Amino acid sequence: MAEYTTHEHDVLVIGAGGAGLRAAIEASAAGVDVAVVCKSLLGKAHTVMAEGGMAAAMANVDDRDSWKVHFADTMRGGQYLNSWRMAELHAKEAPERVRELEAWGAVFDRTKDGRILQRNFGGHRYPRLAHVGDRTGLELIRTLQDHGIHRGMKVYMEHTTVRLLKDGDRVVGAFGYDRERGRFHVWRAKAVVLATGGIGRAYKITSNSWEYTGDGQSLAYHAGAELMDMEFVQFHPTGMVWPPSVRGILVTEGVRGEGGVLRNSEGRRFMFDDIPDNYRSSTATDPEEGWRYVTGDKSARRPPELLTRDHVARCIRREVKAGRGSPHGGVFLDIAWIKEKIANAPEHIKKKLPSMYHQFKALADIDITVEPMEVGPTTHYVMGGVRVDPDTQMTTTVPGLFAAGEVAAGLHGANRLGGNSLSDLIVFGKRAGEYAAKFAKEHGAGQIHDDEVQQIARWALAPFERDAKNNPYTVQYELQDLMQDNVGIVRTEAEMTHALEGLEQLRERAAAVGVASHREYNPGWHTALDLDNLMVVSQAITMSAIERKESRGGHFRDDFPDKDPAYAKFNTVLKKGPDGEMQLRRVDVIPLRDDLAQIVEDNK
Amino acid sequence: MSKKVSLRIWRGDKDSGEFKSYETEADDGMVVLDVVHQVQATQAPDLAVRWNCKAGKCGSCSAEINGMPRLMCMTRLSDLPEGEPITVEPMMAFPIIKDLVTDVSWNFRVKQTIKPFKPRPPDAPDGTWRMDQRDVDRVQEFRKCIECFLCQNVCHVLRDHAKHETFIGPRFFVHTAALEMHPLDTEDRVPALKDDYNLGYCNITKCCTKVCPESITITDNAIIPLKERVVDRFYDPVRRLFRVLSGS
Repeated sequence: MAEYTTHEHDVLVIGAGGAGLRAAIEASAAGVDVAVVCKSLLGKAHTVMAEGGMAAAMANVDDRDSWKVHFADTMRGGQYLNSWRMAELHAKEAPERVRELEAWGAVFDRTKDGRILQRNFGGHRYPRLAHVGDRTGLELIRTLQDHGIHRGMKVYMEHTTVRLLKDGDRVVGAFGYDRERGRFHVWRAKAVVLATGGIGRAYKITSNSWEYTGDGQSLAYHAGAELMDMEFVQFHPTGMVWPPSVRGILVTEGVRGEGGVLRNSEGRRFMFDDIPDNYRSSTATDPEEGWRYVTGDKSARRPPELLTRDHVARCIRREVKAGRGSPHGGVFLDIAWIKEKIANAPEHIKKKLPSMYHQFKALADIDITVEPMEVGPTTHYVMGGVRVDPDTQMTTTVPGLFAAGEVAAGLHGANRLGGNSLSDLIVFGKRAGEYAAKFAKEHGAGQIHDDEVQQIARWALAPFERDAKNNPYTVQYELQDLMQDNVGIVRTEAEMTHALEGLEQLRERAAAVGVASHREYNPGWHTALDLDNLMVVSQAITMSAIERKESRGGHFRDDFPDKDPAYAKFNTVLKKGPDGEMQLRRVDVIPLRDDLAQIVEDNK
Repeated sequence: MSKKVSLRIWRGDKDSGEFKSYETEADDGMVVLDVVHQVQATQAPDLAVRWNCKAGKCGSCSAEINGMPRLMCMTRLSDLPEGEPITVEPMMAFPIIKDLVTDVSWNFRVKQTIKPFKPRPPDAPDGTWRMDQRDVDRVQEFRKCIECFLCQNVCHVLRDHAKHETFIGPRFFVHTAALEMHPLDTEDRVPALKDDYNLGYCNITKCCTKVCPESITITDNAIIPLKERVVDRFYDPVRRLFRVLSGS
C-alpha cells in the first residue's frame, strides 16, 4: 500500500501562472479556503516569458478603440471559430482587469499624460497592449504573486499533479507528488481549477518551458472532460534560429510593433508580397505608410509584418523553402534600420526592447541596435484545450472542474492574436476563481476512494520496477521529433497518419521506460510520468488535424491549402471513450448573436 | 562544430556529496544548462537541476559555475576557458536538497513579512492613476528582478555569517525599494528596514550588484537610498533633537 498525505481545501488551483494566481486571488476573496499546486517555484511559471503586453481596449492611446473593435479583431483573428461569448466577455472585461493590476502595484509604461501606455501588435486595429518594455509577463506574474501571498492561499511549490480524483461524475480532488521528497499527496477539494498552460514540449522547436507538457489537457481528458480545437497550434513567426541550442526561444512581436521589418536574403520586405484579402484594406501599401503607423500616425495603416501570426509564420517558411532564407535557415528581422528615421535609435531600442537586446547580445553575440536578427517559426501556443462554459469556465462534462488560460479552449478560435493571452489569463482566471468558489460553497466535499488512489500510485511507481536502460528522455525526444516533422506548421494527411502510427509505437515504449535511483528530486522519474500527458495531447492534435481537411488559422494543410466554408461550421471535440480510446466528433459552431454579428459587420 | 567538454558536477544531498566527472559533446553557442541537460538525458537521468525558461527570464537555474554565481542558461561555454573542466555546483548560501537544487524557501518566507503595496486613492474619477514615466523608471529597474537569488547567494551577511533570521538580503532590499519608491505607495517600511531587516549590516561591498543577471544596480540605486531614508529618519541630529524635546 502506497502512503500519501491528504490535504483538505475548498478550491484547488493547479498551476501558478497568470490564470492560476488570478483564480486563486478571486476564490480567496470570496472567502473560501484555497490551495495552489505548481510544478515550479512560485513566480517561475511560463507566464514570466510573455513579452509584448496584454490587450485591453482602454483607448488610452487611440480613442477610437472600444471593446467592440477588440471583439471584432479577436473574432477575425480566430477565423470565427472562437466562442463568441468568451470573445465578448474578454473584450469587455480586459480593461478593468488591467486597471486592477495597477491597483495591486503593477508599473506599466506610461503615456505622456501619465496613463497606461498601449502599443501596436499584430491583428489589433489600434494600439491596445498595456506593457512594460518587453517583460510584461514578469510584471503580471510578480504583481499577482506579491498580491496573492497576502491573501491567505496555501501554495504547494514544486508539486506535480498526476491525476484528478472523482466521485461519480464530479471531481473531488487530485493526486500528485512533491518533487523534493517524491512523496504522494491527495488534495481533497470541492472544486478544482486547471490553469496548467500549454503543450509546447510536444515539439522539438518551441518557445515553451519544460513545464508545458499538456498536463491540464491530459488530466481533464482522463477525468472525462472534452478537448476542443486541438488542431489549432500557434507557431510564432519569430523564434531565434541560431545558435542551435537557443533555437525556438521567443523574439517578441513587440520588435515588429516598434518598427522592426522582415527581410529575405535579397533584402526584400517579402511580407508586402502576400497580403490576405480580408486584411488588405487595413494594411499599408508601402514601407513609408507602415513606418508612419508604428510611430502613431492615425491616418496610416499597419505594416504587413503585423499581420496575424499564422500568416507571417507561413510567409517566413515560404521564403526559407524558396532558398531566400538567412544563413541558418530563418529570415532577417531588422530593428536597427530605424536609425535612418530617429536620432537616438540605439537608446530607443534598448529602452523599448531591453530583454531582446540582452538576449541576443548574451546568447548570439548579436547587437540588435546594429545588426538584424535571424528568426524563424517556433511552437508557441495551443488555441485548443479543455472545453468550458464561456461564462463560468466550468468544463462541459465534469461538475466542479474548471479551466482557465491556455489550457482552456474557446477564446482564440483558429488563431490567437498576440496580447490576447495575458488578458485571457486575468479575465478568465478571475471568472474561474469566482465560479469555483461559488461551486465550492454550494457543494460539500466529495468522497476520495482509496482504491482509486492506490491504483494511480502503483502506476506512478511502476517505472522504478522496470529496466532503466529504457530511458524516458529518449522517448520524449523521439516524440518531439515525430510531432515536429509530421504535425508541424505545414501538414499533410500522409505525414499525420504516419505520426499516429509512430505515436502508437511510442506509447508502447513509454509504457516500458524505467528509472533508476530513488524518488527524491529525480527528473528521470518526472519525465517518465510526463510522457503520458505528452502522448494524450499529441494524439489529440494529430487526430483533430486529420479531421480538418482545410487550412484555417494556425492549421495549414498542404493537401488542402484553402479555407473551406463547410469547415467553418464546426469545432472538433475529443473525449475519452468507454474503452479508453480517443473519440472525435464535430460540434456545430453556435451562430453569432445578432448584435455581435452587427459589430463584426461594422468592423469589416 | 561539435567538441568534447568535461564537466565536474556536484552530486549529493544534504548529508554528503562529491564532484563527479562527465564528458559530453557540445555544439556551437551552447550554454552550461545545455550540457548539463545532455548529461542528464544520456548519463545521469536522476541528476537534479532546476530550470524553466532557458532564456534568462525566470531565474530558476542559478548555480556556481567555476566558482562564479550565474544562471546556467545564460552562461555560454565559449565564455569559459577552453580545454578545462567546467565546475558546476549548487548555490552555497542555501541548504542543499539534491545535486544542483537548493532549498530557497526562506526567500519566500521573507517576502511574506514585508508590508505589501498600499496605493493612495485614485487620481481620476474613473478609478485610475496618473504617473510620469520618469517617476516610474527607477521602480521599473527594480521590478526587472527575476528572483534568481544569486544576490542573496553572494551576500556575505548571508553566505558567511548566516544572518538569515535577522537580515533580508539584497533581493528584498530591492523589493522594499520598489515598494517605497513606487509613486502611488503610502505604506511606511522605514522602521522595519532599521529594526527588523537590519539594513545596517550591509556594508556596501557591491557583490550583489556584480552578479545580478538583470544588471540591476542594487547597491547604488536600492540599498544606499534606503540607508539614506533610515539615516534621515532616525539619525538626523535636528530631527533627533526634535524627538527628544517633543518626547516622541
